[in-house]
Amino acid sequence: MITNISQNIIRFFGLLLVQIFLLNNIQLNGYLNPYLYILFIIMLPFDIPAWLLLLAGFIYGLIVDMFADTMGMHASATVFLCYARIGVLGFIAPREGYDSSHQPTFTNMGFRWFLIYSGFLVFVHHLLLFFLEAFSFNNFMFTFLKVVFSSAFTLTLIFITQMLFKPADKALR
Amino acid sequence: MRKLVLFVYKNHLLFLFLFLQSVSVLLLIQNNNYQRTSFISSSNAISGNALAAYTNITSYLDLRATNEVIATENADLRNRLKSSFTNYTSKNTVVSDSVYKQQYIYITAKVVNNSVTRRNNYLTLNRGALQGVKPQMAVISSTGVIGIVKNVSDNFCTVMSVLHGNVKVPVMIKRYGENAILNWEGTDFKTGNVPNVPSHLKLIKGDTLVTSAYSSIFPQGIMVGTINDIAVVQGNTFNNLKINFSTDFRKVAYVYIVNNLLKDEQQSLEDKTQEEDAAANQK
Repeated sequence: MITNISQNIIRFFGLLLVQIFLLNNIQLNGYLNPYLYILFIIMLPFDIPAWLLLLAGFIYGLIVDMFADTMGMHASATVFLCYARIGVLGFIAPREGYDSSHQPTFTNMGFRWFLIYSGFLVFVHHLLLFFLEAFSFNNFMFTFLKVVFSSAFTLTLIFITQMLFKPADKALR
Repeated sequence: MRKLVLFVYKNHLLFLFLFLQSVSVLLLIQNNNYQRTSFISSSNAISGNALAAYTNITSYLDLRATNEVIATENADLRNRLKSSFTNYTSKNTVVSDSVYKQQYIYITAKVVNNSVTRRNNYLTLNRGALQGVKPQMAVISSTGVIGIVKNVSDNFCTVMSVLHGNVKVPVMIKRYGENAILNWEGTDFKTGNVPNVPSHLKLIKGDTLVTSAYSSIFPQGIMVGTINDIAVVQGNTFNNLKINFSTDFRKVAYVYIVNNLLKDEQQSLEDKTQEEDAAANQK
């Protein structure tokens, strides 16, 4: 439990730093903006209370907003992401339920499960984020393509990150 | 009452979600320039009425006089601080000539904030109302057009750059004198779009586009960019052009704000003509 908390705190600051100082400066072709920071919310443990999850998402989004100078945009998207996470976890729960000491990673839960879980959440987050940024449905296809490509990019980064930080010894899990 | 408490308790997650979501959207609309302008334009009547009611109530309160006294005193004290003195002279000299009447005055400005990656991009310049800047003035740099002044404070102004959905620049193809409109599609800060250019013109890549004379904001002949790609629309007599901006919007550091001295005169004359026309049509 203790390692779990410290792990999440390190992840909180690590992903925040990477997002603010590295990824916010990436803009490929006008389509691709990766938002890796949401991996923190995706990887929060299964047994976190729902109200704490929503509050954490809100505060986390606000911090990203402060640095990106887009007050409220990321906060709104992350709060929505957290609420969607509660629903999705209920919807795709394994038959025997979740092991509360586990975290949602693909080594723990299997590749297919994690792809569905994180893929849906990333898409939902990006959808709200990019449409809030555009703040209109003009140019719908362009914004939508942006959502799709950026989601794919973010998802790739999420898998790479998880492979890099995979626990070396399976017994440790 | 018991039922209400039970209901709230049962759905506390949904209420927390709705609460946090409304706080975020409120922040979004409060603090972001683009979202604010789009939101305000749709709720002008509501906010206008609400503000009128609000001022009706507050004007009864006597605190206003007291506040004013304190504010003037504060300002007076602040004015004596050394940190409040900055060098803001921009030397504008207007030469009086009986043959040539000066139409444009250029004010130099430094870019203090800039964005290129959003759908609608803005710049902030360190010149404002005290230096003679007004909304709707053109902003250019030594390499080409930059944008149009949007809001002005005492010492700063914000500029809608050409990379903004609402900015339309009248341009002219220099070799033919053909007029068209430039509008940024929101994809790439290096390229812009010029739709509806007649297809009988024999254009080549690299043809120059400058600002046309049909703008009351931009002076004529300011560099805009060069043609990068000519998209032929099948079965249409018009082509769409893709142009490379001559300005690298990421690197803009010093710009000129252009004050068109004859703009008001031109605009009022045009407005008057249109009004008379409309009145004549109604009869």
